Amino acid sequence: MTAVAVKHDELKALGVQVLSVSTDSHFTHKIWQEEELSRMVDGGVPFPMLSDQGGRIGKVYGVYDEDAGVDIRGRFLIDPDGVIQAMEILTPPVGRNVSELIRQVQAFKHVRETGEATPSGWTPGKATLKPGPDLVGKVWKVWKPEKAF
Amino acid sequence: MTEEQQPCVQPSKGPIGISEIDDSEPSQGRNNQEVSKMLARVGKPAPDFEANAYVDGKFKTVKLSDFKGQWVTLCFYPGDFTFV
Repeated sequence: MTAVAVKHDELKALGVQVLSVSTDSHFTHKIWQEEELSRMVDGGVPFPMLSDQGGRIGKVYGVYDEDAGVDIRGRFLIDPDGVIQAMEILTPPVGRNVSELIRQVQAFKHVRETGEATPSGWTPGKATLKPGPDLVGKVWKVWKPEKAF
Repeated sequence: MTEEQQPCVQPSKGPIGISEIDDSEPSQGRNNQEVSKMLARVGKPAPDFEANAYVDGKFKTVKLSDFKGQWVTLCFYPGDFTFV
């Protein structure tokens, strides 16, 4: 969560509102922020910390672990129309990669603005693809797998 | 987002507008707490919800649909005071 907080300025500049969600109460969020997070990130985490007591929201998003009674790690990217564009769900011991989230935001924004498609490993500045009849069977001419890295 | 006086227990709506869980069942006694089916899908509208939240030092009620018109990242995690 603090990793997202550290990159919050970058996400904000991209126009992304972050909302964190766990099954803890909002009272617990307050104490976590005051006692720990504010000592890890300057000013604490700058986004709303939501409470999903009972896991009702987590169930609908497919991240609620009934056995443990908690929401596992799930990240959903939602566009300005309220449509889910990306999701990633991990079991608890492995944390997420905020840099990949930022890359996906950049790619989804680019696609939304231009109607182009972004190939594997695309980052801003790299070549995009323009889907259409002319490209069928000809991707090899404009894109190579090595370009993904 | 609305700021509110907080009682000790503040029920929030949780998922909003989700009622068609099982059409074969009579609607009697059905409520949001019975929802257990995953509805989130890429390319489909994000299920709306309302939750209690801690925001900028205050307690507020936050609704996902309040953020329509901007990109939103929803980050679920197992719990406060955990290690990753």
